[in-house]
Amino acid sequence: MVRLEKRAAPSRVWAYLTPVVAVLLTMVAGGLMFAALGADPLVSIRTIFWDPLFGEFAFYYRGQLLVKAGPLILIAIGLALGFKAGIWNIGAEGQYIMGAIFGAAVALAFYPLAARWLIFPLMVIAGAFGGFLWAMIPGILRTRFNTNEILVSLLLVYVAEQILAWMALGPLRNPDGAGFPGSRNLRQYESSANSELIAGWGLHWGVVAALIAVIFAYVLLSKHLMGFHIRLTGESPRAARFAGVNPNRLILFCLGMSGALAGLAGLFEVAGPSGQISIDFNVGYGFTAIIVAFLGRLHPIGILLAGLLMALTYIGGEAAQASLGLPAAAIQAFQGMLLFFLLALDVLTNFRLRIGREARV
Amino acid sequence: MKKRTFLATAVAATMATAAFGDGHEPTKVGFIYVGPIGDGGWTYEHHQGLLAVEEAFGDKVETMYQENVPEGADAERAMTQMALQGADIIFTTSFGYMDPTINVAAKFPDVKFEHATGYKRADNVSTYSARFYEGRAVQGHIAGKMTETNKIGYIASFPIPEVIRGINSAYLHAKKANPDVEMNVIWVYTWFDPAKEADAAKALIDNGVDVVLQHTDSTAPQAAAAEAGVISFGQASDMSEFAPLPRVSSIIDDWAPYYIDRVKAVMDGTWESIDTWDGIGPGMVKIGEITDAVPADVKAEALAMKDALADGSYHAFTGPINKQDGSAWLADGEVADDGTLAGMNFYVEGITGDIPN
Repeated sequence: MVRLEKRAAPSRVWAYLTPVVAVLLTMVAGGLMFAALGADPLVSIRTIFWDPLFGEFAFYYRGQLLVKAGPLILIAIGLALGFKAGIWNIGAEGQYIMGAIFGAAVALAFYPLAARWLIFPLMVIAGAFGGFLWAMIPGILRTRFNTNEILVSLLLVYVAEQILAWMALGPLRNPDGAGFPGSRNLRQYESSANSELIAGWGLHWGVVAALIAVIFAYVLLSKHLMGFHIRLTGESPRAARFAGVNPNRLILFCLGMSGALAGLAGLFEVAGPSGQISIDFNVGYGFTAIIVAFLGRLHPIGILLAGLLMALTYIGGEAAQASLGLPAAAIQAFQGMLLFFLLALDVLTNFRLRIGREARV
Repeated sequence: MKKRTFLATAVAATMATAAFGDGHEPTKVGFIYVGPIGDGGWTYEHHQGLLAVEEAFGDKVETMYQENVPEGADAERAMTQMALQGADIIFTTSFGYMDPTINVAAKFPDVKFEHATGYKRADNVSTYSARFYEGRAVQGHIAGKMTETNKIGYIASFPIPEVIRGINSAYLHAKKANPDVEMNVIWVYTWFDPAKEADAAKALIDNGVDVVLQHTDSTAPQAAAAEAGVISFGQASDMSEFAPLPRVSSIIDDWAPYYIDRVKAVMDGTWESIDTWDGIGPGMVKIGEITDAVPADVKAEALAMKDALADGSYHAFTGPINKQDGSAWLADGEVADDGTLAGMNFYVEGITGDIPN
């Protein structure tokens, strides 16, 4: 008989091992699924995990990997700070949208002035501020009226989407666009373009910001008093209060920080890879980042790796669709498996698997 | 900068292989889809086009496709990916792929691109679209004749000229058939979202609408119409599984002949950048079977209108037509020019509500 036995303390080994095992199990289960769909499982797995990194066209895909991972990591870092303290910002998608709108609005207000030294930094500030502002709504409602930040932040995503549609059709619409929705292309405007720093590398300012955020979060969590307060609140809110942590300040800090980072991600995306405010500008980075945060164990370095892995499944998954004819739904199921196995295996961090009779004490 | 030359060389090498392949290897044809191939509407019909290309050329072609591609940065990657894999021609089948198509096409001058429903062209980018508004005229006529509440509902996707044209055309012909008719438009801001589309259909029906037209791609509004016992029309695809009621007719996009034509042109080396806008006449737009739920005389009128549109003796936008604000647009007997139609951003007189902006 197989039983689960609670560990005295969470296993450190398993905490590190579960993501790896989860990835391996996903490959096996995913391979079976691909085989059932009539594709060669080994070729499918190779197309998804190997080819984008080392295959014939890796020179293109490696850059794309950064483009896709950048916003995921940037958002996930912010979310992880809150998650660690038990503050659940589920609305990063909305903050991402608002950051993009604020940033783009600044650029379009200056169009066609050529002053990159002024406009681009202003856009960055505006982007972070937009996301921050949107996250402050659930923050203040929580601290003043004790509303549930999960619900408020999530519902504000839909409000942000409506504002986005309004912006794309109204105030930010391209006046030279023949009546079509969507703003001017920010990538074609010298002062606002967030283009690749080195051609072909995919490395734009958003990726740089993501790397800085990783380092910043690492230092904050391991060296700074605020980081200690965050961890303490997550592990034992009561102890945290005794230690003098002001819970309201912590809530506003975590939500504000995650909002600002999500807003930055949106700004870098709209000025770079996406290029314009359009009705369906957002493609779910804010939600996928939640998976990335947990896949990375809420640890900055873990999130960096998880973001790259998630980006790999997207890019490899797309390649598999085109070259092997796998349906898009199979790729989504494949990504779902990853989270499923991770959560299932998490049990092993806190519990020990016992085979046989009741252990003697 | 070393990387840049590397990229350039690699791209050039790919191109060389692609060019070398002509005549020896199968022609590679790529499709980028905005929805799933099983949407039963827009993407489904484009995929039927892909299958027709395979059917027509057998092992002389190799096809590939990617579904559910978001309109934006991801679309650019999907196209680049296909170009790198040696595609000779790539069809990008949604309006939102316009800028990505132009961007990628600039990087791969030897690959041919075909963008559906857009207006930007380049030496290696053609555009193509169908005059769906001709089909809307037929639908509008049937809708005007058949509504009992005098309220027609319209589920609209995005306020772009193509959609606005459809609304105007349907309204004008419903009004001609029934002067008391009113049109309710709901904007759902999606091409494919069964839940949102169903909600919109229900909201319209609750509002007293008894004919539902849709410019979205799923069959969810059909199911909602069936449940409420009102009339609907198939969109993009025949949706005949909902016939004879609620679906009394449909607009079918038939891309197959065009796709076969264009792939053939690539094979023969005669491909050129062109702008195609075909309607019922050339067969790009088809009217699905009008079921027996429609009275015989209405059906006969609808078919007569279809024939007149097909042979060019009637234009769906023939004056006198005023704009919504009452200003004159077309004088008596004047027909709309393609330029105005292509950029149409106004309602015609009689439609209530505003185009969102």
